[in-house]
Amino acid sequence: MANKEMLGADILVNALAAENVEYLFGYPGGVVLHIYDAIFKQDKIEHILVRHEQAAVHAADGYARSTGKPGVALVTSGPGATNTITGIATAYMDSIPMVIITGQVHSTLIGNDAFQEVDAVGISRPCVKHNFLVKDVKKLASTIKKAFYIATTGRPGPVLIDVPKDVTTEMAVFEYPETIEMRSYNPVVTVNSEQIRQAIELILSAKRPVIYSGGGVILGNGVKELIEFTRLLSFPITQTMMGLGAYPATDSQSLGMLGMHGTYEANMAMHGCDVLIAIGARFDDRVTGELEKFCPQAKVIHLDIDPASISKNVKVDIPLLGTVPEVLQELINGLNASGRQASSKDLTEWWGQIDTWRSTDCLRYNRKSDLIKPQYVIEKLYEVTKGEAFIASDVGQHQMFAAQFYKFDKPRRWLSSGGLGTMGFGLPAAMGAQFAHPNESVVCITGEASIQMCIQELSTCKQFDLPIKIIMLNNGFLGMVRQWQEMFYGKRYSQSYVKALPDFVKLAESYGHVGMRIEKPSDVVGALKEGFAIKDRLVFMDFVIDPTENVYPMVAAGKGHNEMVLSPEMESA
Amino acid sequence: MRHTISILLENEAGALSRVAGLFSARGYNIESLTVAPTEDPSASRMTLVTRGPDEVIEQITKQLNKLVDVIKLNDLTEGAHIERELMLVKIQVSTAKEREEIKHLVEIFRGKIIDVGDTNYTVEMTGTGDKLDAFIKSIESAQILEVVRSGVLGIARGSKSLQV
Repeated sequence: MANKEMLGADILVNALAAENVEYLFGYPGGVVLHIYDAIFKQDKIEHILVRHEQAAVHAADGYARSTGKPGVALVTSGPGATNTITGIATAYMDSIPMVIITGQVHSTLIGNDAFQEVDAVGISRPCVKHNFLVKDVKKLASTIKKAFYIATTGRPGPVLIDVPKDVTTEMAVFEYPETIEMRSYNPVVTVNSEQIRQAIELILSAKRPVIYSGGGVILGNGVKELIEFTRLLSFPITQTMMGLGAYPATDSQSLGMLGMHGTYEANMAMHGCDVLIAIGARFDDRVTGELEKFCPQAKVIHLDIDPASISKNVKVDIPLLGTVPEVLQELINGLNASGRQASSKDLTEWWGQIDTWRSTDCLRYNRKSDLIKPQYVIEKLYEVTKGEAFIASDVGQHQMFAAQFYKFDKPRRWLSSGGLGTMGFGLPAAMGAQFAHPNESVVCITGEASIQMCIQELSTCKQFDLPIKIIMLNNGFLGMVRQWQEMFYGKRYSQSYVKALPDFVKLAESYGHVGMRIEKPSDVVGALKEGFAIKDRLVFMDFVIDPTENVYPMVAAGKGHNEMVLSPEMESA
Repeated sequence: MRHTISILLENEAGALSRVAGLFSARGYNIESLTVAPTEDPSASRMTLVTRGPDEVIEQITKQLNKLVDVIKLNDLTEGAHIERELMLVKIQVSTAKEREEIKHLVEIFRGKIIDVGDTNYTVEMTGTGDKLDAFIKSIESAQILEVVRSGVLGIARGSKSLQV
């Protein structure tokens, strides 16, 4: 292959193969026809034809989240490129490594308002880690190398490559660089040993410590070190929604999720802690609540790969810059070498306090209702799948119920749009995860509103025989919107009622899938078992749930962690 | 507080818009911005003046450093440094008295008259922003036809230098 001239389109496909790309999620169009011709002539990369470009990017994202490998999408110029933007922004907010290739009009036509021309580099600039316009076929291979390098190193993120048609039709020698160096981009960080020493001192002096870990632990492959670190110290740990699965939810040191819909014990522990150890988390507003009231007594240690995350929202006392596994290993080594342990006597008191908070059983809900409670469906889903499924979610109440009630013990099983909050993410993300894990249970937890934002992908699922299980919590409302209108807008349910819903069973069937509608609590377990027993087909389970159910507990906007609203169920108990 | 930040960045299409876009997207303000290639044509040198509290400036420098096209940067305000700005001013000079006055003023400010028209002078002047402001103030505003300023250029004093 070396020193042989080939078409730019073939160079592109060969470069992707050199990056070990298994799946290319995409949609063809005029300017990428040469690339599609090159795809046709090879068998290293499988192309997955989606039904909308947004879904191509979400599917690549689901693949990336569930494997840790970069997801790759290919689309045409103009509307193909603009349709990817929601997907790219979703990945950018959650730091997901991806490479998105957009076709571009012939370079001599750029700027002429040509057919299907859009400034893809300009439009995507605010929501990519970096992007490129390839102007010379000779630079195509090295640009692809750079794109993968940037996407997967440091704080990961999506990188877009815009490829004009003529770059794919011209010839060049294919040489794929083994390594790449960029003078303007160096993601390697050396750990500061003085800050490690200070952090260990502070950790050992803590009376009421809390570990607050986020998605960075999973992205940075620091799960093993996080578990070792947390167990070594016997500290309580709470996780952000993005971090779920990094530390086993069923472990006794886990306080569950924190933040707006986090547990009472997690949020109260945050409010009361004297030392906060933030690991791969970014102090997002849904986590912190009102910043003025955030962890008022705490000294803050923050471990992150991204210097810009440190002291962005919350002033940090000891920054620890570096990768999660490296810095945690340094801390573990330092703690072991110090021959000292965190005072277990002092911790007994703190754990006693935490257990009191825990005893409020803040996720309690009415189990005697005649209507199906969404929490119950997720609880039973957890039992039926033995906590082993890959769960992709959409956005809204069902997402929060899933995060609260599905106890993730392993990382990369929870695929959810945390930062951007993208409705429509769930089904295509589940597709990406199912391709990556063909023999595992992959579930899409969704609502009747979210699912309709990418419902067309039921067709892709049929074409590729993806046996995804769709768990739809159907309350006939934009549930989270309705909840806020009930609580903060005087029950004026403006535009939150979803009228004219389709018959989802028939809809699923018309796409060639299995459809089920479940209306009684007593049918939930049976339906789930029946659905999951069907191993080779997509099963769309439409659970008709209590339309009035709200997500609790809740830290309302502008409130502190200690000002949680518990469910009315509990207030009356 | 006002900060003058020197940035060395790849001389690539779109690099400038990455910097400008960062400021608009995150709501930071740009007081002035100058950019041109350096002795190495593959790199550009930018001087950016911005204002904000310390924590905002810290975020600005961190976010700028995160841009893949940014090679290095230096907040000049943290040390001794020199700032200069170039200004071209077109001034109406209809009478001999006005000509004499402007010529005298230009000498005081150590500027140069670089173009002479029937009824106007064009003056070139360099200095700090304050000095240029003072020159403008000293002229009747009705006489000023046009002001063009380059924005601030900055460089650290002493041996310290920002290089690839």
